[in-house]
Amino acid sequence: MFKLNIFFVMALIVCALGVVTSQHMVRKLFMALEKEKEIEQKLEVEWGRLQLEQSTLIMHGRIEQIAKGQLGMAVPAASSIQIVSISTAENR
Amino acid sequence: MIKPVKPQIKLSAWRSLLIFCLLLLGLVSLAGRAAYLQGMNHDFLQKKGESRYSRVLEMNADRGMITDRNGHILAISSPVASVYADPKMVEISPEKLKQLADLLEMDSTDISVKVDRENSRFVYLKRQVVPDIAEKIAKLKIKGIYLASESKRYYPEGEFAAHVLGFTDINDEGQEGVERGWEAMLAGELGHRRVIKNNKGQIVEDVENIREPKPGKDLVLSIDRRIQYRAHAELKEAVAVNKAKAGSVVVLDAQTGEILALTNLPAYNPNRRSTIDNERLRNRALIDTFEPGSTLKPFTVAVAIEVGKVNANTVLQTSPGTWQVGKKTIRDVSNKGELTVAQIIQQSSNVGTAKIALSLDSQTMWEMFSRSGFGALVNSGFPGEASGILRPYNKWRPIEQATMSYGHGISTSLMQLARAYTIFSSGGELKPVSLLKQDMPVMGQRVISRDTAQAMSMMLEMATKPGGTAPLAQINGYRVAGKTGTAHKLINGRYADKSYISTFVGYAPVSNPRLIVAVMIDEPSAGKYFGGAVAAPIFNGVMSNALRILNIPPDAPANNVVTFTATPEIGDEG
Repeated sequence: MFKLNIFFVMALIVCALGVVTSQHMVRKLFMALEKEKEIEQKLEVEWGRLQLEQSTLIMHGRIEQIAKGQLGMAVPAASSIQIVSISTAENR
Repeated sequence: MIKPVKPQIKLSAWRSLLIFCLLLLGLVSLAGRAAYLQGMNHDFLQKKGESRYSRVLEMNADRGMITDRNGHILAISSPVASVYADPKMVEISPEKLKQLADLLEMDSTDISVKVDRENSRFVYLKRQVVPDIAEKIAKLKIKGIYLASESKRYYPEGEFAAHVLGFTDINDEGQEGVERGWEAMLAGELGHRRVIKNNKGQIVEDVENIREPKPGKDLVLSIDRRIQYRAHAELKEAVAVNKAKAGSVVVLDAQTGEILALTNLPAYNPNRRSTIDNERLRNRALIDTFEPGSTLKPFTVAVAIEVGKVNANTVLQTSPGTWQVGKKTIRDVSNKGELTVAQIIQQSSNVGTAKIALSLDSQTMWEMFSRSGFGALVNSGFPGEASGILRPYNKWRPIEQATMSYGHGISTSLMQLARAYTIFSSGGELKPVSLLKQDMPVMGQRVISRDTAQAMSMMLEMATKPGGTAPLAQINGYRVAGKTGTAHKLINGRYADKSYISTFVGYAPVSNPRLIVAVMIDEPSAGKYFGGAVAAPIFNGVMSNALRILNIPPDAPANNVVTFTATPEIGDEG
């Protein structure tokens, strides 16, 4: 009887230590998760910033300015536009 | 040596009893206290204990994005930080104060004044600081100075889409335009969660989610930002050239009623709130009404054709260019003699239109105007939309019916006017306007028959041809239909002598209308004021560019169609 009790006490101690260790592991992993979440947040901020930057760069006015000013482009005059009608092109 | 005398002490029994009782009393009171704390005060103490390590954190929910019909961003929220201080806790060295002031781009004395408010426990130092700076401030680790995360709204298009989008206030609530009209959809809901933190401030356990954060929904508008840009740029130029007080342009999809562009001047930059004042804020195309003038004539003529009073070739006498109705005289710009109904529209004769109008029953005419959407809200979802005024027909006097036929004594917003023209462009149906992208074809409401709409289209096309009032609206390669309007402005109930409102509403290509452009210029004062001279060129600029942007094939090509002769090529499968 006494031996059995000793055995149970030992088992109890082992289990208790197990609980403590797993709790510690959980907290460690949880902190890692939180860190990843923080990174996710940061990336999201970056993504928003990049989207904003992109939409600023593709602003119609800016493109027009560059096309006209730097590249010397112009909207073609009606007389210089050739129209290819779909039906004749398909019949070819 | 004296032998010590051992004293005989006789203790009375009550003394030990007293000690015993005192000890018992102490024990009982301790037990009582313990029971009291454990039993009665348990919740309060539990909370106190938890508050040492448990924290409720806010979880941000972003406001939804607003994009145009092609997915380009028109408004987006980006996280920023607000710097605040708890004056009671602040401990700051002069050196750090200077660093902080530099980072915040503020005067260091300003900061110390704010921080020195003794009886306050919360003061904002600066709101909406960009994340980079916020990080640097966090690194200074100044006691009593904290950061709160917020989000800021950015509008990449700046003033070009200002009136459509509106803006949010510093607390991220929509104040104008779409931001206000669709606030419930765009706004996110903050979430809360309870966590356990250790002594280093790290989160070690997630206890519960009190409420999940609900991010706002993204909104896809019917706006095409390329056309929006063009419309605003053209309007800006024209308002400057004509020295006008204000102006608006509306571009609608002629088939679906979607608003492709909506712009007004004067405008503001929603990214810089200091530029905003009441004049600039007005979304004139929707909330301001005006007397439309001649742009209303087609509706009078359409109903006359619809009920069979006239047809396009009926001849009316407009000589001598004036016509007496009751005590008032209706005038044309010049004596135009005999005109067909089509020419009345083409040359915009007031006398001719008034004669047609007075051949009609007032109820018939009222019904036509009413079913064309005048005097009723457009229901675009914008806050503060105006319905204009269409007075009940049983109160019309003949002179009023006559002047109303050419757009006086009735008021409308530019959006209503543009929508009304869908009945000519879509074969007789009034289309509902929408600011959100439509995925399904929309049902209109039939106002006039297809034949009448076609006849009107023909007349409106004549107006843009030589001999019409708006040859400047012509676009090379496309058939264009439209109507000019020039109205004296109503100021304090009287028609002002020298202030006008010039309008033009038109659509193209006539063979299969795709776009409606409505232009309104308020008080052009550089000499020209006729709709055909002021508003038609803007229509031309916006329409020709929009047709090109949307790749709409020309329906009146001028000798520039490439045709292929059948020359079979080797290996060509077609």
